[in-house]
Amino acid sequence: MKMLVCISKTPDTTAKIAFTNNNSTFDTNGVTFIMNPTDEWYALVRAIEIKEQTGTGSVTVINVGPKENESIVIQKALAIGADNAVRIDAVPDDAHFVAAQIAAHAETENYDIIFTGKETIDYNGSAIGGMVAELLNLPYISLANSLQLINATTASATREIEGGIEEVEVAVPFVISAQKGMAEQRIPNMRGIMAARTKPVKVLPPKDFSPYTSIVSYELPPARTQVKLIDPEHPEELIRLLHEQAKVI
Amino acid sequence: MSVLIYVNHQNGKIKKSTFETALYARKVAEMLQTDEVIALSLGQVSDEALTLLGNYGVTKVLSDNQALFDHFDAGVHTKALASAVEQTGATAIIISQNSNGKAIAPRLSMRLKAGLVSGAIELPIVNGNTFTVKKSVFSGKAFANYSILTPIKIIALNPNSYPVVKGQGLAAVEQFNSGITASDVKIKVKEIKSLSDSVPLPEAELVVSAGRGMKGPENWGMIEELAQALGAATACSRPVADVHWRPHHEHVGQTGITIRPNLYIAIGISGAIQHLAGVNNSKVIVVINKDPEAPFFKAADYGIVGDAFEIIPKLTQAVKAFKAQNN
Ligand SMILES: Cc1cc2nc3c(=O)[nH]c(=O)nc-3n(C[C@H](O)[C@H](O)[C@H](O)COP(=O)(O)OP(=O)(O)OC[C@H]3O[C@@H](n4cnc5c(N)ncnc54)[C@H](O)[C@@H]3O)c2cc1C
Repeated sequence: MKMLVCISKTPDTTAKIAFTNNNSTFDTNGVTFIMNPTDEWYALVRAIEIKEQTGTGSVTVINVGPKENESIVIQKALAIGADNAVRIDAVPDDAHFVAAQIAAHAETENYDIIFTGKETIDYNGSAIGGMVAELLNLPYISLANSLQLINATTASATREIEGGIEEVEVAVPFVISAQKGMAEQRIPNMRGIMAARTKPVKVLPPKDFSPYTSIVSYELPPARTQVKLIDPEHPEELIRLLHEQAKVI
Repeated sequence: MSVLIYVNHQNGKIKKSTFETALYARKVAEMLQTDEVIALSLGQVSDEALTLLGNYGVTKVLSDNQALFDHFDAGVHTKALASAVEQTGATAIIISQNSNGKAIAPRLSMRLKAGLVSGAIELPIVNGNTFTVKKSVFSGKAFANYSILTPIKIIALNPNSYPVVKGQGLAAVEQFNSGITASDVKIKVKEIKSLSDSVPLPEAELVVSAGRGMKGPENWGMIEELAQALGAATACSRPVADVHWRPHHEHVGQTGITIRPNLYIAIGISGAIQHLAGVNNSKVIVVINKDPEAPFFKAADYGIVGDAFEIIPKLTQAVKAFKAQNN
């Protein structure tokens, strides 16, 4: 299987979120960046597992981003076990732009499986996988929590739906977005980290693409008013407040 | 000019998310100064049920009831939607940001070269030909206002972001030929396993959730009883799902499901930032924790400091008494 895993750079899970320039720019001051968790833990690890199980094929990671992303996300992906990497040298404007860049690369490479994570933890879009699938005219399995090869050309997967789990079968090539259940997180070891340094990173110029959306401004959520504490001996008071004051029951 | 919505249904029954997008679309139509809200229904739903979408502001339903739509293939549903957009000249498309919506909306955006805002939480602000749409970003730690720059606009609306109030009116139902044939289907659905009879978590308006403070799976009976008394769905924190006290589909948070219920009751959950990421957009948060310093109290509207094992049974009794009085 020739596999492509889309990896994104996101602020660390615990990063404090603030904005500058009149709330139009995300303030990266003091923010640590990491590889997006679902891309790393589930999509990438499952691709590597499939390569290990079949003993053939390759895992390429792709990131649309500036040079600094090589040290922040690409090196780690290579250390975990990807074979090589592609970086599209651009600062992404919107999801449509990112998907167009990934699709432009994939078009020439005939990947069997293209993985994304379920969503990034910064823009929470859950959109890139579907967009890439459409541009390449491939089937798309979203929010998958398992993926198994049945044979060299067919795979089965389970995906989450409202109130249930759906089991599907699909022929390669296809696009899949991975979430919890798909694989277990792997910590890179020393050998992986050393090996990563010698693995190839191809840098490609971006394809021309005008974004379809732009962020006008950001807002921080209003602070919740201070918690109202209720006497543990009288939980019926909570029910009264939820009914009369909050009007939720 | 019209606004188009996509009908979510299961076993022929139209889902609440459809009513929500219909009412939202009705408001968007008013902003665009058009009266037309068109719904596309793919698969087997009775005309009678579709007509009733008029109760939620839909004027016309296009129905292609081929059985091949009943099993979900995002590519197929996207193609049919695109053909409906072409035939109706819709300039705004509203889709629920649920599991199927997350697969269709992005595909459709690329097919139509239309800007998508996924996970919108409010009505857009329409100013001439520009739409500005608010969505939650940074895992609930902020909001971003997106402007859609293309002539056709797609909004994928987060479940529970717009109130559902049933009105009057009947929609006209027209048979629609989306041009899909069996050869378009690339994904074979082998089996659908229903998880429970209760409300699916992402759609639930009331959620009772518990964490490691419950000590073990044997203690979830009281959580379920409370949820049942309230008519709520149940959820849990990540470590609880990781050690298999509860199934994975109940895990909420940054790496689990993101929800937006009207009421979120968190019991024996510390309120770590990654947990909050999945629930901090809930309208009202109640926290029950024996540790008065638990970070969750900072995000809560109401709190009870105390031992869950003592409080829950009393709370459940109180809910039952309240229900008996108010029903
Ligand atoms: C990258 C990353 C992603 C993550 N994603 C998620 C996620 O999606 N969802 C998630 O939930 N977590 C996630 N986590 C884990 C998160 O950081 C916390 O570890 C987790 O939420 C803690 O779960 P808990 O509150 O149930 O358990 P604990 O932290 O063990 O807290 C238990 C709480 O129960 C209280 N308690 C104990 N006994 C009682 C009692 N008898 N009565 C009342 N209260 C009691 C305690 O005071 C305590 O506050 C993630 C972590 C990382 C690093």
